[in-house]
Amino acid sequence: MLNLSPSVLADLSPAEWTAIWLSLRIAVVATLISLPFGIFTAYALARWHFPGKTLVNGIVHLPLVLPPVVTGFMLLIMLGRRGVFGPFLASIGIVLSFRWTGAAVACAVMGFPLMVRAMRLSFEAIDRRLELASGTLGASRLWTFFLVTLPLALPGIIVGAILAFAKALGEFGATITFVSNIPGETQTISAAIYTFTQVPGGDEGALRLTVVAIIIALVALIASEIIQWQAEKRLASIE
Amino acid sequence: MIEVNVKLKVGTFSLEVAFANGAGVTALFGQSGSGKSLTLNLIAGLMRPDEGYVRVGGKTLVDTEKRIFLPTHRRRIGLVFQDSNLFPHMSVKQNLLYGRWFAPRREREIDFDAVVETLGIGKLLGRPPARLSGGERQRVAIGRALLSCPKLLLFDEPLAALDMRRKLEIMPLIERVRDEFKVPIVYVSHAVEEVVRLAACVVMIDAGRVKAIGDPAEVFGTMESQTSEARFDRSSVLTGVVRGESPLVGLTELEHPSGTVWLAGPAGPVGSTARIVVKATDVVLSLSQPRDISARSVLSGAVEEIQFDGPLATVEIALDGDGRLFATATKGAIDQLELAPGARVFALFKTTALDERNVAMAPQAAS
Repeated sequence: MLNLSPSVLADLSPAEWTAIWLSLRIAVVATLISLPFGIFTAYALARWHFPGKTLVNGIVHLPLVLPPVVTGFMLLIMLGRRGVFGPFLASIGIVLSFRWTGAAVACAVMGFPLMVRAMRLSFEAIDRRLELASGTLGASRLWTFFLVTLPLALPGIIVGAILAFAKALGEFGATITFVSNIPGETQTISAAIYTFTQVPGGDEGALRLTVVAIIIALVALIASEIIQWQAEKRLASIE
Repeated sequence: MIEVNVKLKVGTFSLEVAFANGAGVTALFGQSGSGKSLTLNLIAGLMRPDEGYVRVGGKTLVDTEKRIFLPTHRRRIGLVFQDSNLFPHMSVKQNLLYGRWFAPRREREIDFDAVVETLGIGKLLGRPPARLSGGERQRVAIGRALLSCPKLLLFDEPLAALDMRRKLEIMPLIERVRDEFKVPIVYVSHAVEEVVRLAACVVMIDAGRVKAIGDPAEVFGTMESQTSEARFDRSSVLTGVVRGESPLVGLTELEHPSGTVWLAGPAGPVGSTARIVVKATDVVLSLSQPRDISARSVLSGAVEEIQFDGPLATVEIALDGDGRLFATATKGAIDQLELAPGARVFALFKTTALDERNVAMAPQAAS
């Protein structure tokens, strides 16, 4: 019989703990590196008019509609050791293929459209006259961005980051295609569960990690609710 | 000193506005769509003129010929919007100090405590803008603009979103700002009472062109400026001396060379000069000195000009002594009284049509 008691956590093997920590590390790094790019892209799409805007929008959303395996394979072609940019990256000391850093890049790319969508909406919802007011008070555009626009968009930015984090935790297809499934290097919770299901008698291990995945997801959701609730409370004044 | 001379085409609308004024309040007056807000945007740098210049205190903000265009944040101009546009994520105090932080240290001449005291917002400092009333918000917005230590304050219909009580509450504050902090002000409005009360110089704008320019009595004292206004906005400005309050509660007697005007409300200290605004639709004309009638204010004068407009007519009366009064009447009434230029008339209006809303202290008397 399967063991469903909470004591499953106590039975986690060192290899399983490694997969858990690796998953968290990859998800956190993926979210952090995509954050500045996500904010910039969301702001540009919400505010600027430039030629090729539709194309940029399409490219940003591509990972959302493509099969993840295709995205992973494209990353391999572009950033792999023998890929288009691989040799250049290697020459400046960045190797992504079959490394956990590559997994973070794959997760960042997959979560990017979700992140940009949420942030773009919150930038679009900001009253432009507040930015005009900031300008008349002597603030340059850059100051206005950091003192007015960014704080007002904060709830949306948090939502975007949480979505990207959640996506990164669950990412499987693109990651396994780009960086494979190497225990201790690129084997995340998802990949470890997959591995367990491929071996006879692996169900118990898969279940242990499933419980862990559920706990992480719940904690992240509750944390995001609290952060967002507080940010919105501060901004409750927008009428 | 502010000098503006700008041209701009937006779609089919063409704006061509030029004026200059020294200290005090310059009012840009006109109906909505006349181009007054567009002019304000050009001064603030929110838009670029096709041609022309804007100079404030000798400093050029924009000059198309010299290819100068200072962006808004380098113009040192405080703008008070119709809806106050306070930063919702900051407290009142943070809002007030926002612009100050960007002003050069040497030029932070306006004292924080003095502004807070003048505007009566000391108790609001810790609150978020969400917990302010409309009137309080506008006070804070005025303080915020003032504390950026601007070379020029712009008001864009700052009272339009407020009810009458709040307007009466904020107006004296704008007067105090004008008199205590000595910052030149450009005030955009379509309300005659506000303009007459606050401004030393009125620039009347109609369909993108300057229709008249000068002190309020002068500008509102021409037939041309009257007829460019919507019927219910046509108003005259009368200047008189406050004679005293009647023992009857709250009534004020105002002396004018052509007669006496009664107001249902205070108009300032006895002996001071007061300007009042009289709507053309509130004025009744009579050929003889009326007796058995409830209207108490009677002024005498001679008809100067009559301009017909469909079934209605606007009558310009040169009051005895000084000043001009405009009255609207039907064409039928004009014919029946056989009114024509030169005819002696008495102009009557009800005391109940006039109260402190219609009063404007002469700017020199206020300072």
